[in-house]
Amino acid sequence: MSFWVDRSHPERGTIEPTRTGDRWPGPPERPKLAMRGLLILLLPLTSMFGLLISAYVMRRHMGDWQPLPLPWQVWLSTVLLVLSSAGFEWARRAAAAGWVDDVRRGLLVAGLLALAFLGSQLWAWQQLQLAGLAVATNPASSFFTLMTGLHAVHLVAGLAAWFRTRAVLAGEAEPATVQSMVQLCAWYWHFLLAVWLVLFGVLLFLA
Amino acid sequence: MAYVPSADAHAHHEPQSFVTKYIWSQDHKVIAIQYSLTAIAVGIVALVLSGLMRVQLGMPETDLVDASAYYQFMTMHGMIMVVYLLTALFLGGFGNYLIPLMLGARDMVFPYVNMLSYWFYLLSVLVLMASFFVPGGPTGAGWTLYPPQAITGGTPGAGWGILTMLLSLAIFIVAATMGGLNYVTTVLQARARGMTLMRMPLTVWGIFIASIMALLAFPALLVAAIMMFLDATLGTSFFMPAIIAMGRELPHEGGSPLLFQHLFWFFGHPEVYIVALPAFGLVSDIISTHARKNIFGYHMMVWAIVIIGVLSFFVWAHHMYVSGMNLAFGFFFAISTLVIAVPTAIKVYNWILTLWQADIHLTVPMLFAMGFLVTFVVGGLTGLFLGNVVVDIPLADTYFVVAHFHMVMGVAPILVVFGAIYHWFPKITGRMMNDTLGQLHFWITFLGTYIIFFPMHYLGVMGMPRRYYAYEDYEFIPQSAHDLNAFITYAALVVGLAQLLFLYNMFWSAFYGRPSGGNPWRATGLEWQTPDTPPKHGNWGEKLPVVHRWPYDYNVPGVEQDFIPQNEPRPHSGTAEGEHHKAEEGRS
Ligand code: HEM
Ligand SMILES: [Cu+2]
Repeated sequence: MSFWVDRSHPERGTIEPTRTGDRWPGPPERPKLAMRGLLILLLPLTSMFGLLISAYVMRRHMGDWQPLPLPWQVWLSTVLLVLSSAGFEWARRAAAAGWVDDVRRGLLVAGLLALAFLGSQLWAWQQLQLAGLAVATNPASSFFTLMTGLHAVHLVAGLAAWFRTRAVLAGEAEPATVQSMVQLCAWYWHFLLAVWLVLFGVLLFLA
Repeated sequence: MAYVPSADAHAHHEPQSFVTKYIWSQDHKVIAIQYSLTAIAVGIVALVLSGLMRVQLGMPETDLVDASAYYQFMTMHGMIMVVYLLTALFLGGFGNYLIPLMLGARDMVFPYVNMLSYWFYLLSVLVLMASFFVPGGPTGAGWTLYPPQAITGGTPGAGWGILTMLLSLAIFIVAATMGGLNYVTTVLQARARGMTLMRMPLTVWGIFIASIMALLAFPALLVAAIMMFLDATLGTSFFMPAIIAMGRELPHEGGSPLLFQHLFWFFGHPEVYIVALPAFGLVSDIISTHARKNIFGYHMMVWAIVIIGVLSFFVWAHHMYVSGMNLAFGFFFAISTLVIAVPTAIKVYNWILTLWQADIHLTVPMLFAMGFLVTFVVGGLTGLFLGNVVVDIPLADTYFVVAHFHMVMGVAPILVVFGAIYHWFPKITGRMMNDTLGQLHFWITFLGTYIIFFPMHYLGVMGMPRRYYAYEDYEFIPQSAHDLNAFITYAALVVGLAQLLFLYNMFWSAFYGRPSGGNPWRATGLEWQTPDTPPKHGNWGEKLPVVHRWPYDYNVPGVEQDFIPQNEPRPHSGTAEGEHHKAEEGRS
């Protein structure tokens, strides 16, 4: 028998050290779960891009570093991604308000802008290539390709979700499902925009 | 006992065909078993590799293993044990099986992602095994994969071997991320009514914090792996310095191998605790159950887990004392390393205080749990030596280090794995494992691993360096050390073979063991209160359980039975009671 057990309140019928309140939110609901899941997914993604930036900063201090002249296309990319994110925000608000046509339009515009963003990235890479700055030419160009490349990969994954959302929207879908899916896309896009802005800032100011 | 009738009971359709039931299954219990069996299978590969290495070290005249093969075996052994066996088994195996059952959930919150997690894990294992068959064989760079040597000619497996390793790690990380996402979200969102965070069994706490750590730490390895992959294939210079290999100048410029070390250990140290925290949790629950006593200092135990989790992200550079780092950094990392010892010691004291004056039942799981305690303390004490920069410098890269990490992060968690399998096996299969075989397995493994690893401390202090494939013709290594090495090898082979007892016991008992009933250990946790054993799809039948107490109500004063299940209502209808009745009416 435990020598420290609190014997003064036998009527409690337990030796639990604290009384905990009972605030139960109910069994898990899909939309809320999906949103929490997305937020938790952003943890490893943040960690990954953060570590990439730390590696960049450390590598930059080595002797052989030569700053990379950023191709002008990345400015274009930035504008396109901001607009794409805004398009998703439009779709998200429309979905919350139940305007199905606006959701469609918003999603379409946002997705096309995202594709345009990817195009501008390819253009930027090609531009660097032409300037004699291939992936392996110097560490700065390697980092540029790696950082933008990883970002692009995540955007492509996002486009898969965008594609599914449009498919669901085209069929008979419950408004709640649509709303949830559009919301997930929008948040993911805002996150990718934030990552892009940080990466862009790092490449620009810590060249 | 109390259950909430639940509207979602029929939302989970029972899968019908064999394929959806056992192969493409989305049921957390099936996925857990798939994960565990796969992990045990690669674990056996790693064990065989260690036996081969030991034969080379103890009986070099056999010429069984040449230098390259030794490095390749060593690398694969280390990586498999740490990542593909222990991490996968604790998170994918025990995490998957126990989290939903212990929390009173029907399944993980994202079953489809959970299923994908397993298939990615299997793929990563297959890619890893494929590296034994690629040209040049698997990588021999050491499990730390340090560049430049990992990808420079001269290191075994510097071509295909390292690339398959990096690819396999990347796939594993995707799998671990999908799993971790599930475990964390399930703990946060899918607990049964009354299961507050501070009522979760310590097992769940350990796996929960370890999963968060995995989500944050694995990306470091992913980034490092991608960068090394590019260095090796495209000739970038992330890590590769200007280098001349085999008389030829390689296309790399002043890259930084140190950068890799930082990234690797930013993953590598937390990884140690990703393995240790679930072990801590499982062992707490085993000890409490078999000592028939509540865990001492539950809150302290929870906070210790959380604090260890946080601190372990600030100590990575203690693996780099000999890399020529700034002394001020060395000081910082030495201090933070020693600070981690505090919450860890608190946990050890609490386990010992739990055992104090307890009604200890020396069942097989309990034996393994106590074996863990002893081993962990011994390994932890030598860790204090190595945590000091001045002491570490002469001991770095000797067998002292091999002894240390095998004790704390090799043997100790493995003992927990065994203990936990013996403990939860009856729930998983509905049958008990054979006790006599279990006892035999315990004593051979426990004493045997001491015989293997304890003498290595002496070899280390004597200066025997690690990662050498042969020690002949070194003046400072006396004959006695060779004899000791031979002795260690015999012990290692016996211990290795003794694991067959365990495998036999496990597979035999799964079909022919004595039926166990639902709660053979008379334990309090929710997982032992399921309506069926093994639990059916959906776990709880019609009604979800309601939790009224913490999981450690053993030997409560004034109560006849020496345990009270977590879903047993309190005697006087306090708040939880009243609400429970409301709940029962409100939700049908
Ligand atoms: C009977 C059990 C085991 C035996 C006989 C054994 C034996 C060995 C041997 C001979 C080495 C090579 C040492 C050297 O040359 O420097 C080694 C390395 C290693 N082992 Fe084990 N081992 C066992 C279990 C484990 C377990 C359970 C783990 C799990 C964490 C583990 C993790 C490692 C690691 C990380 C290395 C370092 C590899 C490297 O230096 O790159 N071992 N082991
Ligand atoms: Cu460490």
